[in-house]
Amino acid sequence: MTTRQKHTLSVLVENSPGVLARVSSLFSRRAYNIDSLAVGPTENPDYSRMTIVIDVEGHALEQVVQQLDKLVNVISITELDPIVSVQRELLLVKVATTATTRSQVLETVQLFRAKVVDVAQDAVTIEATGNAEKIQALLSVLEPYGIKELVQSGLVAISRGLKTGSNQ
Amino acid sequence: MSNQQITGASALVKALELSGVDVMFGIPGGAILPAYDPIFDSPIRHILVRHEQGAGHAATGYAQATGKVGVCIATSGPGATNLVTPLADAQMDSVPIVAITGQVSSGAIGTDAFQEADIRGITMPVTKHSFLVTDPADIAGAVAQAFHIASTGRPGAVLVDIAKDALQKMTDFNYPKDIKLAGYHPVMVPDEGAVRDAARLIAESKSPVLYVGGGVIRSEAHKELMKLAELTGAPVVTTLMARGGFPDSHPQHLGMPGMHGTVAAVTALQKSDLLITLGARFDDRVTGKLSTFAPSAKVIHADIDPAEIGKNRRADVALVGDLKITIDALIPAVKHEFKKSQPDLTEWWTLVNSYRSKFPLGYDHPEDGSLSPQYVIERLGKIAGPDAIYVAGVGQHQMWASQFVNYENPRTWLNSGGLGTMGYAVPAAMGAKVGAPDKTVWAIDGDGCFQMTNQELVTCALNNIPIKVAIINNESLGMVRQWQTLFYNERYSNTELHSKRIPDFTKLADAMGCVGLRCDSKDDVDKTIAQAMEINDQPVVVDFSVFRDAMVWPMVAAGASNDDIVVARSMAPIWDSQEL
Repeated sequence: MTTRQKHTLSVLVENSPGVLARVSSLFSRRAYNIDSLAVGPTENPDYSRMTIVIDVEGHALEQVVQQLDKLVNVISITELDPIVSVQRELLLVKVATTATTRSQVLETVQLFRAKVVDVAQDAVTIEATGNAEKIQALLSVLEPYGIKELVQSGLVAISRGLKTGSNQ
Repeated sequence: MSNQQITGASALVKALELSGVDVMFGIPGGAILPAYDPIFDSPIRHILVRHEQGAGHAATGYAQATGKVGVCIATSGPGATNLVTPLADAQMDSVPIVAITGQVSSGAIGTDAFQEADIRGITMPVTKHSFLVTDPADIAGAVAQAFHIASTGRPGAVLVDIAKDALQKMTDFNYPKDIKLAGYHPVMVPDEGAVRDAARLIAESKSPVLYVGGGVIRSEAHKELMKLAELTGAPVVTTLMARGGFPDSHPQHLGMPGMHGTVAAVTALQKSDLLITLGARFDDRVTGKLSTFAPSAKVIHADIDPAEIGKNRRADVALVGDLKITIDALIPAVKHEFKKSQPDLTEWWTLVNSYRSKFPLGYDHPEDGSLSPQYVIERLGKIAGPDAIYVAGVGQHQMWASQFVNYENPRTWLNSGGLGTMGYAVPAAMGAKVGAPDKTVWAIDGDGCFQMTNQELVTCALNNIPIKVAIINNESLGMVRQWQTLFYNERYSNTELHSKRIPDFTKLADAMGCVGLRCDSKDDVDKTIAQAMEINDQPVVVDFSVFRDAMVWPMVAAGASNDDIVVARSMAPIWDSQEL
């Protein structure tokens, strides 16, 4: 079985209006599929960082990087290898509970080092962070109890060690 | 810093002047109106066009003829959206143009105000970059950046959209001395190791072809190309965008490759073992079915745009940089390799020359005695000569103009290659004539194309821009009709224009302040062209009434392999078996 490897691109962009539209429009017009895209401020107020996860291989990945790099507002692009970077997603999930299942759910939360952030009569809201595999594993354990609502952030990632994305 | 404040509008015009603008094409309107007041006093010549699309193509024609940045200006909403086609056109053909548009006042942006359109957003996918300026202090900087981005690296179209209140408010004027853009650093000089690798491949190749694209014109690399061509002795093909970048009269020149290229050019690429690709982008109209294109060739790909490398065809050696600098670096490296061993291309030339002699470009005169369109264009090229500028629309006449006019100099062949914009010719010819007033400028247009943008002849007549237009009138959308003939069982759905009946092009020309001439027989062609050549104080329109069923040959059908080139209807070249 060949599984297509997902690639994480850390893209430093100018913090100016329209940049997100420019990037997403590029992906749509060149027919590249984005798995997830997260954008937020950086240590420098002039720049924002986008973490983009895409599901393309070698040659196509090279094209994505080159085309992104052509955008005037894009300053640098780094591919983050999952082994030498820390990659995290944030999950907020509302799970149905009854008097009998609540303790089991709470136990699961403990096992996954997640947090309960809200409790209601018949549901708990859980916050979890982790890489995609951990989030997926947690969800599959919680699923039998009944997932009422689920919100998930895109992946954000940072390289390990001293190397930074904005000083290269 | 000057403490004298000026309006944003004055800052705009001053910044345009400092950016070296001497002419711009445009139409005023509500949101851009504040800018038109200082334009009134500026040394910049403003040419009032009749449609914003005309302004955009004129800017493009000006830029293509001169190498400078073309400028067009329009108001918000419909004025700006009318520029979308020429912006996309210029971007596709890497032509440096800057469009200035007015936008509704900053407070009204997003409210669906009168004549509001998000032109920065609309043009994002079809420009190299686009700005929206809402602070008057940012106007001069945005203009300077726009010219920098448009003219450097791979040239392209840039839009600067300016809110009306930013034009009205007072500001200090600060035109930046240096442009620093954190995310924009075009690579000019190719990697030395890659240059050596390329030279080595050239020295090893038994059947190389110099596959030359529009980059040779954009980077003014024609002299360097000549040196490299003569050094390597390799056959040269020039794409539609590169016509004129290498003289047609040169014995190494095989003509144009691609869908309507010469058999020699198309087949030499197919049989080659090395494509020395210079500022070309493996467009589908050149490669045909990509998987069967030049199957045994290694590829050296020189381009200033790194994203072109490997986009369509994998490159064995990538030379990212300005083409002029790249060829300049390549020449000594190739000489160095040739000292060790220089390949003998005699066999290759024997083969290539056999394609040339067996399948030269040609056409028949129609049996019904009507005028051959190819003949008209061929005579036009001979009489106006290689110093004239030829500007074509899109379709059959464009292909014939690329085939039957001999180009000797860069910037003498202007056309809409990438986007294929019908209606390009008249306004682009106008822009070219403004940029090169001492040159004869011939628009070679189809009757379909001409009816899309001929209103700019009024602009030409009123502004002393004496262009000449040859309408190749086959009373139909000829290229579409050709496809209907070949692929749709001669079912001519909506391609008949009846343009020999309506409109009367000579009367139309006359009504627009131009001289209108008509020609429908072979015997009158030279005479009519000579007559048109003598009129230099007015635009001239010649209605050449031509054979409607003439077709463009050779042809590689869309999506077909270049091995399946057809030289005439149902006539594929018959190759000697060992050549297949």
